Amino acid sequence: MKLDCKHVWEHISEYIDNTVDAKLREDIERHLEHCEICSAILDSTRNILILTADDRTFELPVGYSKRLHERLKEEIEN
Amino acid sequence: MRTTETNEAGLIARILAGEKELFHELIRPYERMVYLTLFSIVKNETEAEDGAQETVISAYRHLASFRGDAKFSTWLVTIAINEGRKRLRKAKTAAEESIEEKVGEHEGGYSPAPLTDWREIPLEALERKELREALRAAVAELPDIYRQVFALRDLEELNVEETAQALGINTGAVKVRLHRARMMLQKRLVPYLKTTAPARKLFFGRAL
Repeated sequence: MKLDCKHVWEHISEYIDNTVDAKLREDIERHLEHCEICSAILDSTRNILILTADDRTFELPVGYSKRLHERLKEEIEN
Repeated sequence: MRTTETNEAGLIARILAGEKELFHELIRPYERMVYLTLFSIVKNETEAEDGAQETVISAYRHLASFRGDAKFSTWLVTIAINEGRKRLRKAKTAAEESIEEKVGEHEGGYSPAPLTDWREIPLEALERKELREALRAAVAELPDIYRQVFALRDLEELNVEETAQALGINTGAVKVRLHRARMMLQKRLVPYLKTTAPARKLFFGRAL
């Protein structure tokens, strides 16, 4: 089946998560081969996810772990 | 995490048998997850940290009620979500605004932003501090129901089933919300991703 761009966008998330069935995956990949727009959208979305998973993007407050374990220590000892 | 599961069951048994100080060890791999879960709900560093402490203390006190049928991480994240929601309810007494409602009305419009003049984000762009800041801001601005799913799935890397279980929603809703969250972020971040720098291949796994 020939997919249009909108159809591909609808499945981008599942495609990234590798949860589309084999047939749809194949159709999407065929579409991506010739569609610059969808390829760019896919790449940018994936890159956002890489950046999200990078520990430097969402940092913990300085001293968080130390304070957490101090509080826990108090709880355990009392 | 998977390799530590057996180890974890052993740790839990020992803690319950009286080696209480081992709870420090049990919780250590999940400190980040607990904080980020809280932060995704309360959106405030101090509140998130206080909530994270409460979550850990509560998990410690109720460890005996943990049943091995769920993963410890899912059990813990559920406590964190409940703690976050409790704090949110407290804070929301004045402003009687339901974000959920607003979102429910808003259908459609989740198509991604087309990009025509570039293919990939160059590595240098990903290293830019402002891009991280933009992403943090964009995530913070997501409607609550989308941000929470996004945080559990893409930030804390829970799977679809664990996310559904922790939030008390079905897996279909997890998938739909995650898709919308990702598309909203893509749309928001496009201006930061456009660049005149020569494109360099960043992505793996897909042949051009």
